[in-house]
Amino acid sequence: MTDTTTEDLSRILKEHPFFKGMPEAFCDLISDCATIEQFDAGAYVFHEGDPANHFYLLRHGKVALEIKAPERGSIVVQTVRAGEILGVSWLVPPYRLTCDAKAVELTRTITVNAACLREKCDEDHDFGYEMMQRFMPIMVQRLNATRLQLLDVYGIKA
Amino acid sequence: MASKPEAQSTETAGDIMVPRVARVRHSRLDGPDTWTLDLDDETFSAGSYVPGQFNMMMAFGVGEVPISMSGDPSKPDLVHTVRAVGAVSAALTQLKPGDVLGLRGPFGVGWPIAEMDGRDVVIVAGGVGLAPLRSLIYHLINERERYGDIAILYGTRSPNDILYHDELESWRGRFDLEVEVTVDHATGPWHGHVGVVTTLIPHATFDPLNTIALTCGPEIMMRFTIAALQDAGVADEAIYLSMERSMKCAVGFCGHCQFGPVFVCRDGPVFRYDRVRDLLPVKEL
Repeated sequence: MTDTTTEDLSRILKEHPFFKGMPEAFCDLISDCATIEQFDAGAYVFHEGDPANHFYLLRHGKVALEIKAPERGSIVVQTVRAGEILGVSWLVPPYRLTCDAKAVELTRTITVNAACLREKCDEDHDFGYEMMQRFMPIMVQRLNATRLQLLDVYGIKA
Repeated sequence: MASKPEAQSTETAGDIMVPRVARVRHSRLDGPDTWTLDLDDETFSAGSYVPGQFNMMMAFGVGEVPISMSGDPSKPDLVHTVRAVGAVSAALTQLKPGDVLGLRGPFGVGWPIAEMDGRDVVIVAGGVGLAPLRSLIYHLINERERYGDIAILYGTRSPNDILYHDELESWRGRFDLEVEVTVDHATGPWHGHVGVVTTLIPHATFDPLNTIALTCGPEIMMRFTIAALQDAGVADEAIYLSMERSMKCAVGFCGHCQFGPVFVCRDGPVFRYDRVRDLLPVKEL
């Protein structure tokens, strides 16, 4: 973790594409729950089955989402890069992570404490709705992308 | 709908149905089960086709398939990239230098080159769908100053399935092209992007109000791509796709490739999206 002031975090959050246009007061709420982290290449950000205690805004680098398969090892099913988010399970019960996340290269994140943020969402439903509006499109996009992956369209019989 | 060519006279139609003989000068493996053939065809010359058009390629004694040109249209070399997916294409990929094959064409409507002048160009290719776009990419590079930002977004199944690997690396090394490659899933030492090709679109640099977007690949992939392009703000009228249907005669006579009111061989294979938009979701087509 890096020692960063709340003002710094709030500024960094506002500059992150995912929070573009978010009201300043909401950015301040998030920065109260946030820290800066760094993961070296090869380090795991989280593992499948872990409680979703954080979500991550990638500021720099790239993270591979992996699923382990018997006799096939780790299969990378998606990469997430700077400007994107990681750990959307923080928002949806049972708040459990569904894959491994490994830094492919040096990766810097804003790491947001999920319990802290869920509490703020419960206290301020406008804020909770704002978070839902920002996360749901990402979830739907990823669901659609997963459907396309499952179709295996580049196979000869596709 | 796309403009229709003048009706063929009986004599011309007869000529069109007769293949000429070409000879394989060189063949190379460009991807799994995918071979690129350089052909000697005495009727062929530089500029004699529009990128996106196709020839009917005949493996004698086996059959005939439509294959787009994949070479540099400014050079006097006829180049086709063929993936072995059936009996005819498999026979074509097994041809060696000196072997002969039959050719008819070029046929169809190619990519809208005139429309691209002065605009950004986004190319979204999937799998072997990069082949019909390669001729266009050569053209764009040859006349680079005529276009704005150019993004080439390529998706395929796995790192081992990447087509034209060396060429993609070479294009990526240029300062005036944005080239992004992604694979649907990966194992081992792949450090590139993983995810479907549509995930590359939000990261590409282009002005959606001044862009022509071109896509070629499996039809499902193109439908998802078009949705992502629309999300990025590209108008339906600025999106072009290359369709694939069972083609036989290649000139709109036989009806095998009929797609609603159009024939893919004659009115396509390249279509402006808004002209086929209502046909794509029809299951019976």
